[in-house]
Amino acid sequence: MTDAVHQDEDRGLRPFPAGGAIWNNPQVRGWVIQALVLAIVAAALGYFIHNAVVNMARVGVTSGFDFLFRPANFAIGETMIPYNSADTYGRAILVGLINTIKVAFIGCVLATFLGTVLGVMRLSSNMLLSGLVQAYIEIIRNIPLLLQLFVWYSLIQLQPGPRAALNPVAGVYLSNRGLVVPSITGDTAQWIVVAVAAAGLVLTLLIGHLNKHHRERTGVQRALWPWALVLVLAAPAAAALIFQVPFMIEVPHLQGFNFRGGSTLSPEFTALLFGLTLYSAAFIAEIVRGGIQSVSKGQREAARSLGLSPARTMRLIILPQALRVIVPPLTSNYLGLTKNSSLAVAIGYPDLVNVVNTTMNQTGQAVETVAILMGTYLALSLAISAFMNWYNARIAIRER
Amino acid sequence: MAAQDIAVENVVLQTPIPAMRAPASGVSVIGRIRQIFFPTLGNSIITLLCLAALFLGLRPLLGWAFIEATWSGNGAACQAHPGGACWAFIATKLRFITFGFYPPEDQWRPAAMMGLCLGMIAVSAMPIFWRRGLLYAWGAVFVAMFVLMYGMPSITTPAFRILGFDVPAFTTPGLTIHGTRQWGGLPLTIMLSTIGLVGAFPVGILLALGRRSELPIVRVLSVAYIELIRGVPLVTVLFMSSILFPLLLPEGATVDKLLRAQVALIMFAAAYIAEIVRGGLQAMPRGQFEAAKALGLSYSLTMRKIILPQALKIVIPALVNTAIGFFKDTTLVIIIGLFDFLNAIKAALTDPGWLGFHIEGYVFAAAVYFCFCFTISRYSLWLEKKLAPERIR
Repeated sequence: MTDAVHQDEDRGLRPFPAGGAIWNNPQVRGWVIQALVLAIVAAALGYFIHNAVVNMARVGVTSGFDFLFRPANFAIGETMIPYNSADTYGRAILVGLINTIKVAFIGCVLATFLGTVLGVMRLSSNMLLSGLVQAYIEIIRNIPLLLQLFVWYSLIQLQPGPRAALNPVAGVYLSNRGLVVPSITGDTAQWIVVAVAAAGLVLTLLIGHLNKHHRERTGVQRALWPWALVLVLAAPAAAALIFQVPFMIEVPHLQGFNFRGGSTLSPEFTALLFGLTLYSAAFIAEIVRGGIQSVSKGQREAARSLGLSPARTMRLIILPQALRVIVPPLTSNYLGLTKNSSLAVAIGYPDLVNVVNTTMNQTGQAVETVAILMGTYLALSLAISAFMNWYNARIAIRER
Repeated sequence: MAAQDIAVENVVLQTPIPAMRAPASGVSVIGRIRQIFFPTLGNSIITLLCLAALFLGLRPLLGWAFIEATWSGNGAACQAHPGGACWAFIATKLRFITFGFYPPEDQWRPAAMMGLCLGMIAVSAMPIFWRRGLLYAWGAVFVAMFVLMYGMPSITTPAFRILGFDVPAFTTPGLTIHGTRQWGGLPLTIMLSTIGLVGAFPVGILLALGRRSELPIVRVLSVAYIELIRGVPLVTVLFMSSILFPLLLPEGATVDKLLRAQVALIMFAAAYIAEIVRGGLQAMPRGQFEAAKALGLSYSLTMRKIILPQALKIVIPALVNTAIGFFKDTTLVIIIGLFDFLNAIKAALTDPGWLGFHIEGYVFAAAVYFCFCFTISRYSLWLEKKLAPERIR
């Protein structure tokens, strides 16, 4: 039935106006619904904005972001950039943002390491090990994160003072004032050593690339580890000796009532880091386990029959295929960790939410501060998603 | 080379090869233990290390928790045994921890509310009861829950005649009104989670349908809402609701703090449920939509009768996992000052007669939350097996 008048009907399109009542026409209904939705949303927004303006004027609070340039008048417990209470609110919020990024980044890295190790252990053929790890994962996943943060914070506060601090590993001390770890002294001369090490790393990667070409041409694999040893470890050490650079690692030691040297991680930061890392590691362990189990057993058997060692099998066959399955849920886990770092406000760590909350209490600028908060977290989420999507595309196996 | 030059000894073995040792027997108890825990050298070392770690870790823990613990007494009795846990603290404060600041003489009401709610959840968990009557039952249960918690003034019905019988006037017994400021503890946690999930479910379905809609404005609004709420932490949404809502309302209008928190939780859960339902909708084969269209079903009939029942069935495990996460997320209302279960324990810890028993309180809270969440996760596995046994791998 395709003549000039009716041919569009075969594609599901109807000419307008068409036969049939106008209120039954799906296009008209679509427009009416959209107009209604738009009208309702616009009316609600207008009503709320009007109320907000009236209420803020009544309280005497001016809208706008000018408050960001006023002095903050509150101190922040720990900062990575210089800050005192005479600085602006804007700078205080920046300090909070840096604190959030710091704990989120370190938490993601540590959680990935721990989660991968736990995931592989969960796959072990030893029932005791696998059962222990499973018990750990079940316990951690079924207890709220906030409760775990409180537990860690209480445990740290119950520790004795610095004079009787715990010393689990040489150079690391845990007391109720926080965790003291060895730090790298920031001597300018040490940049030479760092530069030599960085150059050595780049050279090693280059040599690894050349070795790969050699193997693809001739089939012989040249060892890389002697080059890595010389370029990345021995050369910087030699540079340190030649240029007489002072020893780089500063080990903390007890002096008087507190520790000198090293860097101190505050109890709040330590509790937050432990809690976030252990919590996310449990989820990452399950993700890694699911990913490795998703690779069919035939791959492992084929690799074995080709004579590949278990380590080579894991690195060349299993992991690339498993990573495809692991990376998307891992992304949402990283996003979750970043958002969970906002729980710092409950234990007193000065992250973004904490600082913005204080700002809001002091200035009364509710709308602007909530907008800053939501906008910043959205930007962080977008950045993490973008990076992980790039990585996901990079590791995708190109099939035919 | 001629065949007779090859000596038979060079071709055929003259003596039999000694028999190999039989593999380790897995039949006896010792044999099975050896097979499971000590099959190879590496595995044996791992087993020994695990046993050592268990022994080193569990013995002090069990000693603290059970052997040296104080089970009854007062704060001084507990201070006398610093190496042991003070479960007397939990025993003494149990009513406060469970019910918060609710007046003690009326605490049967929150208890009844909890029993009603949990019973209703247990009934809803069984697929036998999944029919429309369940929705009406939930409606009645919600009304009953609210009346139990809030209270009801006593009503006097007038006397009237019906069918020739005189029905005398009677007054219903009133339940004392207790404002939401006094609600707290475990009933508050259960109420926040249940109403949050039940309220967020229809909103989430609407958002998922809106995101897949062909109408551009509806789609843009749905996507904006879902991405905005999923990109920010729950703490932010709670702050937004508790700080921003009063500003957005006309002067003088106050919204109850609990209601604000509940609305924030519903808004938050709806975005996550929307994404899960969208996944289920995407898994529906196009043939279902086309067949419904061929039958002449409208959009709402298609969704209600054909698509949604199938799509929701596919995503039930993901929904139950969201329920577990949401139940744990209700602890965040501590940040805006509501007295849920965790905050009630924190408040109990500030009692000057019982100072320094933080770990006992938190371990008790952890045990309670673990029981709830573990039960829900086991239920999720059972449900998945029951509904789609062919999908279990």
